Amino acid sequence: MTDSEMRSRTAGQDDAPVTASKTADPDRKLLAEAVTINRPARELYDFWRDPTNLVSFMDNIVSIEPIDRDRSRWTVKAPAGREVSWESVITKDVPGEEITWQSAEGADVANSGRIEFRDAGRRGTVVRAVIAYDPPGGVIGELVAKLFQREPRIQTRRDLRRFKQLMETGEIATNARNPRILAGEGK
Amino acid sequence: MKAITWHGKHDVRCDTVDDPAIVNPRDAIIRVTSTAICGSDLHLYDGYIPTMQKGDILGHEFMGEVVEAGPKSSLNTGQRVVVPFTISCGSCYHCSKTQYSACENANPADNQDIGREGYGHPMPGLFGYSHMTGGYAGGQAEYVRVPFSDVGPLVIPDESIPDDKVLFLSDILPTGWMAAENAEIEPGDTVAVWGCGPVGLFAVQSAFLMGAERVIAIDHFPHRLELARKFGAETVNFEESKVYEALMEMTGGIGPDAAIDCVGLEAHGAFADNIIDQIKASTFLGTDRIHAIRQVILATRKGGRVSMPAVYGGFVDKFPLGALMEKGLTLKTGQTHVQRYLQPLYAAIAEDKIDSTFLISHRMALEDGPLGYQKFHDEQDSYTKIVLKPGQAAGATAA
Repeated sequence: MTDSEMRSRTAGQDDAPVTASKTADPDRKLLAEAVTINRPARELYDFWRDPTNLVSFMDNIVSIEPIDRDRSRWTVKAPAGREVSWESVITKDVPGEEITWQSAEGADVANSGRIEFRDAGRRGTVVRAVIAYDPPGGVIGELVAKLFQREPRIQTRRDLRRFKQLMETGEIATNARNPRILAGEGK
Repeated sequence: MKAITWHGKHDVRCDTVDDPAIVNPRDAIIRVTSTAICGSDLHLYDGYIPTMQKGDILGHEFMGEVVEAGPKSSLNTGQRVVVPFTISCGSCYHCSKTQYSACENANPADNQDIGREGYGHPMPGLFGYSHMTGGYAGGQAEYVRVPFSDVGPLVIPDESIPDDKVLFLSDILPTGWMAAENAEIEPGDTVAVWGCGPVGLFAVQSAFLMGAERVIAIDHFPHRLELARKFGAETVNFEESKVYEALMEMTGGIGPDAAIDCVGLEAHGAFADNIIDQIKASTFLGTDRIHAIRQVILATRKGGRVSMPAVYGGFVDKFPLGALMEKGLTLKTGQTHVQRYLQPLYAAIAEDKIDSTFLISHRMALEDGPLGYQKFHDEQDSYTKIVLKPGQAAGATAA
């Protein structure tokens, strides 16, 4: 369901995104986070479009291996030293503007999402991530907890902040006093 | 290396810890030659600032020599630098507007959520000032890792200018200057300054440089009032005189045109509201004692300006919101955008327009830091400012 379809259900005038709705009841968990990055939209899109770049700022990703132009295999840390992986497929691609993806059939954690790059004039680019996923229980629930550290929204927000740091400053901020401490913290 | 570390309320120690090293390309490593204990360090010492962890290295006023520079640092080994207490990336929108203490990138991504929950937005990155502000190791140490070293540190090219003259560029001098700037002083103004600690005394000097005709300084420590008088301020001792009544008479019933609160959350004095605030602080119902800012708002003239460089931590009540609105006051506040003021204030020091050495009362070895905290806390009248000198022999306290 698109934002505009969801929004049309709400009474009265409300320009707030559906992900901020108090009443909408989507069939999957739905979240969105936005960050403004002081770089051109096309530059950010180009960086994000190469999945091998995403590992540098996303926590808990072991590897992202391209299969073809639209498919990639994601491998993620799981509890008890295990790893789990799934295939992600780009289903819509508007160069410089947005990328939509979803997990291929049979994924342990079915997920889909969209990353948008909207020109924000002198402020740069508004980058918005919208993510939908099935919240699983049991062992898979543990995996999700690990995958997203605390909860998917917080993890998404932190990933976007690291993306911003990398694109604006060329590095990811850390308070680690030296590389040994940095390695000990796992990130 | 040796470093002053926080272990809890009224418990700081000189510990041996891991040396720092280059982590990111824009980093530099500084060997500290001088580092001060700041009034806001006392808020950590007294346990008022949340998200401190045992073993955190303190200190946010420091300078020294570059001993190592990352591949993307603009600094070179051997350069002498003063390091701003605010860590700023120089690349985000806020930095581009010279709002350096609002930098969006210097606080690590995971730590940003702490400030966001309490304040609506993440806190800036600061050296040695809790995990809410990034969890960075501070400068009361032999060595410091300085992130974004191409943006913050000011190189002091003139070797004949001693540390004492430029050290305070790292915090209290620009903080006092921005405090006066936020008071939007016009020539001929009467300006009142609450608190004659280091920031208040620099605010007094700055206000005169900006054209104030009169500055009225308020404190209760005789020595600090004496220092304010040295710079031409009239003074009010709040233990001997009623502040509001004094200000009204001194200004012909108008009130000061602009007022600067250099006191903050640990205001002294046995006022009724102050006692209530203290009880609340000790029972964790609130952390801030806001006596000073209440008095500021009530005394400032109608249509006047209030500048609040003072540190406050959380939520308050009994705040004179009605007076703020009814009198049409402007309130400006914030952590200092240190990098914005480094060059002009350095020039003012080099031309002897600003005196920054009068403040230093004691110099101590780094190992004597814990004693320094205790003295600065308990004997504020005589311990106006302590500078720690790594490498100086322990026990050799010098005035």
